[in-house]
Amino acid sequence: MSSSSSWSQALVKVSPYTFAAIGIAISIGVSVLGAAWGIYITGSSLIGAAIKAPRITSKNLISVIFCEAVAIYGVIVAIILQTKLESVPASMIYAAESLRAGYAIFASGIIVGFANLVCGVCVGIIGSSCALSDAQNSSLFVKILVIEIFGSALGLFGVIVGIIMSAQASWPAKA
Amino acid sequence: MNGWTAITSRLNSIVRGYRSGLLTAADYNNLCQCETLDDIKMHLSATEYGPYLQNEPSPLHTTTIVEKCTQKLVDEYKHMLCQATEPLSTFLEYVTYGHMIDNVVLIVTGTLHERDVQELLEKCHPLGMFDSIATLAVAQNMRELYRLVLVDTPLAPYFSECITSEDLDDMNIEIMRNTLYKAYLEDFYKFCQKLGGATAEIMSDLLAFEADRRAVNITINSIGTELTRDDRRKLYSNFGLLYPYGHEELAVCEEIEQVRAVMEKYPPYQSIFSKLSYGESQMLDKAFYEEEVKRLCLAFEQQFHFGVFFAYMRLREQEIRNLMWISECVAQNQKSRVHDSVVFIF
Repeated sequence: MSSSSSWSQALVKVSPYTFAAIGIAISIGVSVLGAAWGIYITGSSLIGAAIKAPRITSKNLISVIFCEAVAIYGVIVAIILQTKLESVPASMIYAAESLRAGYAIFASGIIVGFANLVCGVCVGIIGSSCALSDAQNSSLFVKILVIEIFGSALGLFGVIVGIIMSAQASWPAKA
Repeated sequence: MNGWTAITSRLNSIVRGYRSGLLTAADYNNLCQCETLDDIKMHLSATEYGPYLQNEPSPLHTTTIVEKCTQKLVDEYKHMLCQATEPLSTFLEYVTYGHMIDNVVLIVTGTLHERDVQELLEKCHPLGMFDSIATLAVAQNMRELYRLVLVDTPLAPYFSECITSEDLDDMNIEIMRNTLYKAYLEDFYKFCQKLGGATAEIMSDLLAFEADRRAVNITINSIGTELTRDDRRKLYSNFGLLYPYGHEELAVCEEIEQVRAVMEKYPPYQSIFSKLSYGESQMLDKAFYEEEVKRLCLAFEQQFHFGVFFAYMRLREQEIRNLMWISECVAQNQKSRVHDSVVFIF
């Protein structure tokens, strides 16, 4: 088999633009998936629990907002990443510098996307428990909220690393 | 989170809301102070039973109170069943099969003693009703019972073990009840195992307790009857803490003290039996109920499982039993005995 048809060749031949664009798509898409999943888990429990204890509704919207924040992280990072996506002369497209920039944006998107996915699910499950326990005993709300804050910090870790990672993306200067 | 959907999640929180409406120890203390059934009604009107009892004219009867309270449970059950999706709806249906078996046995026994069918139907538990239940009365033996009526009900598969052509008599019916219950519990257990996750974990504990309690009750009730050891052994469910060695030992018991000796080998049951002093076997039921309530309440400590639905139904039934006992005691002026059989839930 010639070296030009191997998998490593295939990866190198994918345009760095493609990698960068997929990274941006993952960063926003998967983050929104996580946020939606979290809101789905929290919201369905919240609605049920609010039937017998209507007082919990407005307080527990905080859980939904925490999930929403996860989607906002994704949006912010996607915007930052897309500013990094510059055009280079066609001759420079497969230069080492270009490949490096493409991979950096791709990795950054994956980091942010999946960190926010699990963060959203985590906050959603805690938010659902929060609604249920608040309905039974209102003194539990603040305690569980603290846990929820720690859960939502997980997504921020992903965002921080993702932004630092994207700073690595520098395209070759235009000739 | 097998089979966990938004609807399940919502129903789960609704059932937890229902749970917070269960009567508390303070409610029971107030109820135990009552002098007449109207006092009981007044106390209940402040609880969730209020709307169900408010239009009942005096004089009240115990049966009316129990009927109305059961009606509330039935309404809640139907509300949940209407909204439930698979596999929760199957799970909820499984919960009622026990009542169905009891109803079948009630009708068959009643017909045997030549009671009026209509009167019997009124006594049936509303959760265990099925369409053709009134026709049960025509059956003369188990084969007919199965062929004419039960083949269309969900109980049909459980009958495969107990079809005989013998005529029905009291002993036969009791054996049929226990065989059916055994098949039902095993089927329910298998279903819960199939669901997996926290449901399997929690339900296997609750069902194992149920199976063990039935095994003990069968043993105690069959002491001194003509039921042979092998027949008795066949009525025990094939799971639970006592399975299989405890069953072998229970099968040969000839008196209650032997049962106690067997059960004291099992740590969870040791506390139940050590509480009973010698010769107090009638207190055993209460001890078992107390243990059951404790386990059912624990089911609410975990999220994302179906056990809460089962636990809620059982707790509500226990509450109705409590109310029935309190009302009976009040109605018959036996207030000194009111604490004998009331199991506090919280």
